[in-house]
Amino acid sequence: MAGAGGGGCPAGSNDFQWCFSQVKGAIDEDVAEADIISTVEFNYSGDLLATGDKGGRVVIFQREQENKSRPHSRGEYNVYSTFQSHEPEFDYLKSLEIEEKINKIRWLPQQNAAHFLLSTNDKTIKLWKISERDKRAEGYNLKDEDGRLRDPFRITALRVPILKPMDLMVEASPRRIFANAHTYHINSISVNSDHETYLSADDLRINLWHLEITDRSFNIVDIKPANMEELTEVITAAEFHPHQCNVFVYSSSKGTIRLCDMRSSALCDRHSKFFEEPEDPSSRSFFSEIISSISDVKFSHSGRYMMTRDYLSVKVWDLNMESRPVETHQVHEYLRSKLCSLYENDCIFDKFECCWNGSDSAIMTGSYNNFFRMFDRDTRRDVTLEASRESSKPRASLKPRKVCTGGKRKKDEISVDSLDFNKKILHTAWHPADNVIAVAATNNLYIFQDKIN
Amino acid sequence: LAGGPGCDVCYGLVEDTQEKEGILPERAEEAKLKAKYPSLGQKPGGSDFLMKRLQKGQKYFDSGDYNMAKAKMKNKQLPSAGPDKNLVTGDHIPTPQDLPQRKSSLVTSKLAG
Repeated sequence: MAGAGGGGCPAGSNDFQWCFSQVKGAIDEDVAEADIISTVEFNYSGDLLATGDKGGRVVIFQREQENKSRPHSRGEYNVYSTFQSHEPEFDYLKSLEIEEKINKIRWLPQQNAAHFLLSTNDKTIKLWKISERDKRAEGYNLKDEDGRLRDPFRITALRVPILKPMDLMVEASPRRIFANAHTYHINSISVNSDHETYLSADDLRINLWHLEITDRSFNIVDIKPANMEELTEVITAAEFHPHQCNVFVYSSSKGTIRLCDMRSSALCDRHSKFFEEPEDPSSRSFFSEIISSISDVKFSHSGRYMMTRDYLSVKVWDLNMESRPVETHQVHEYLRSKLCSLYENDCIFDKFECCWNGSDSAIMTGSYNNFFRMFDRDTRRDVTLEASRESSKPRASLKPRKVCTGGKRKKDEISVDSLDFNKKILHTAWHPADNVIAVAATNNLYIFQDKIN
Repeated sequence: LAGGPGCDVCYGLVEDTQEKEGILPERAEEAKLKAKYPSLGQKPGGSDFLMKRLQKGQKYFDSGDYNMAKAKMKNKQLPSAGPDKNLVTGDHIPTPQDLPQRKSSLVTSKLAG
């Protein structure tokens, strides 16, 4: 491939010029476990950006309207609402501690003035309504302005309360609680394109819910073996097709993806399509299965492709071809010679997510040392960028990073042994239309924008 | 359309040289691991990992033991946990009251301000 040059593809030169926009979160070195961001998600319009953390809290940011008098604050995200979604629980019956960590947030398409999202921890999914209140009624008959009940005998006249404007208040209230349907830990939720149903997946089962009904859920996939000793694989992620409301996919710890069609049977234990890349048996090692485990699966916006993330790579699959992916992008291949220590410090089990840009022309995923990777499918160029406080000057361009794999380390390169494996970027999100990305680096949320934008 | 050396994108075709380079480091890492932990399971990435994953969150005590101990101690005063609530050894069977309270995160997230 011409122009690849020595060990690096040129940074997205004609393509993206990523610049720092904002960073949210505390700067202090001591990170409280509760502050670790566990999920990031833009809503359908991109005006709202939600984060969930290990402490069970949700913070929603809203994009400011472009302001001609302050052109530089164009499209900045500021806090819109924050609430405690889940709290820690203890299941005494099973002697199970239930973490309040928010595993996933998924927005519902907006249908009226209020915004709705689903948030889930390991066991319970909740539907939250976020609504604005900018008017207040004054002049009640039965109570004073401060809320105290008036003495009924003193009320001699009847008046009509009038609505007066008030400072904007954003309220979050739990509208539905979908509980007790999962024996194992929920890893995914996905809203269906019918806007009425959604699925929730745990290690062994997938359930179908109706957004209005909380006391009933249909089991659509069950891979629990009759004898648990025969357990060989678990479900790692699941998602509904963006347009076909009868189709969903789920990925496994063995690196396979199954596409199911709910029209074919009520219980989708038998897949309609089975995606697996053939493995060269001579290259098999102890680590093969572990690193092939898929940590995330995402349909393209077009619905024609899907992308999977395993430990070392991102693969793009054409839904019409089950035999192998159409693209494989190496995220951090240099880690292959570090698998022993990555196994010992459990990093090999880290679950990285991946995402598409709005036009499906680019994909992004995280890595270690607060690095994240972007692959342009059209130009076939890739770039490594870093989310760090050092490059956090307003509108400063991000400099491409390079990891040196051995031999002479050039200036500005970082060697594999110097990478900080505690600084992992597991969660990233791309605005559905614009070139704006949100990157979660432990307890900080970085927002980057494309200069040309 | 195959990716050339140095380029990270492969279009469905595995380069022979890339594959060979890939085998050696992974196998070397496996040898390193087996040298450190000779008793490591024969089943690579099999049931052991999965069972551990499924059991995440299992803690503290078994409710069967708890009930049996409670019955045994019916006539005795249930020993309190003592100054160190994390100590759950010996005759002391932990009870829900003794469990160190999970600090609930009812503090506003630092992302919000």
